[in-house]
Amino acid sequence: MQQLFNFFIKNKTFVLFLLLFSYALSLTIQSHEYHRSKFLNSSNQITGSIYGTFHSITQYFNLKHENRLLLEENSRLKMMVFSHEDSVAVDSVLEYKYDLHPSLVYKNSYALPNNYLTLNKGENDSIKEDYGVITSKGIVGIIDATSKNYSRVLSILNTNSRINVKLKKTNYFGILSWDGKSPEITQLKDVQDLVELSIGDTIVTSGYSSTFPPNIPVGTIDSYRLNDTEDLYIIDVKLFNDMKNLEHVYIIKNTDINELKALNLSDE
Amino acid sequence: MNNRVLKTILSFIGLVLLQVIVCSNINFLGDLNPFVYVIFILLYPVTKNRLLYVFLSFLLGFTIDIFLDSGGMHAAASVVIAYIRPLFLKFSFGAAYDYQSIKFSNTDFSQRIVYFLFLIVIHHFILFSLVLFDQNKIVLILQQALYSSIFTLIICLLLTSLFSKKET
Repeated sequence: MQQLFNFFIKNKTFVLFLLLFSYALSLTIQSHEYHRSKFLNSSNQITGSIYGTFHSITQYFNLKHENRLLLEENSRLKMMVFSHEDSVAVDSVLEYKYDLHPSLVYKNSYALPNNYLTLNKGENDSIKEDYGVITSKGIVGIIDATSKNYSRVLSILNTNSRINVKLKKTNYFGILSWDGKSPEITQLKDVQDLVELSIGDTIVTSGYSSTFPPNIPVGTIDSYRLNDTEDLYIIDVKLFNDMKNLEHVYIIKNTDINELKALNLSDE
Repeated sequence: MNNRVLKTILSFIGLVLLQVIVCSNINFLGDLNPFVYVIFILLYPVTKNRLLYVFLSFLLGFTIDIFLDSGGMHAAASVVIAYIRPLFLKFSFGAAYDYQSIKFSNTDFSQRIVYFLFLIVIHHFILFSLVLFDQNKIVLILQQALYSSIFTLIICLLLTSLFSKKET
């Protein structure tokens, strides 16, 4: 026993090193698995407020760009209002189920294989996990961790991201994921080889999950090829969003999410 | 003594902020970022209390990890170079290190470059192996580690020459 203690005291630096290194390694391995990296994240009070302070300075650099985006969105919405003015048919079955919360991006990254964003809305604004995040142009990701005032988004530029999408023209659906290479291109998998594809076709969200409403734009087909077993397509999707430059986003709150979850639970 | 503790704490906080606010948003040529916080580990005074030094290096990497949502990648890489540093001190500075009387501001510029280069390359190699975490991407790991190392080395040398003048 004495010898054992002596050994530890003699090599205390090595023991400490080994402990810390294995702890860091276990955290790293966890971070590569979806839904296990929530223990430590940038949506806590300290990091959130530091990012917030610096964001309040840097946001002025993007004002022109943001202004233009908002104008574009405004004009598109106005067009929709004008063209639908005399055909307002409200069906109670199809009634509005989604709330939108505007939010600011405090931190964004796109150069890593697993990217996350930090937003300035949290539980105090009734934001919870699994809410979708979009911009006026397309989807951004899904909220995966929240604190009181901040939340973290699992970006679509994350190799763990899986989002259900469909081809707008033919309604065939597949799963959108990312291979970690280009921040402009994501991959759509699980589309059967019987489906007719052409370059430039639009991809939209399918609405099969409770996170995103149907028909939110995602991107267009950039190129496609068959997978190794030659029965499914791998489609490169060029995103509408410029993921490198995000400022104003909307968090989508599905007001029926609890009901849907309860329904799924009663199934099991 | 107190002065040194204060200086350590200030440089710790300063480097964390510099890293997460500025350096991680450079994205030079698409995805190159320098990791300047390693300068804290490189220039930490040579002391007998290696326990504290290794622990501080871990804490620094860990703080960066929380900010950048990267699990424990920076912490792992930092703690490794902190542990193996004496080896490279001896290798780069030779006899001066043996007397435990080394001061980084008094060392040769070329010796300092060698010392920085070795530890930065090791740090970045471990970091990018953990970031990409895929043995099939070994070429990409080496490539990214090399390019980022050069970037980090340049920034670190600039920073040291900027701050060493004030001391004298």
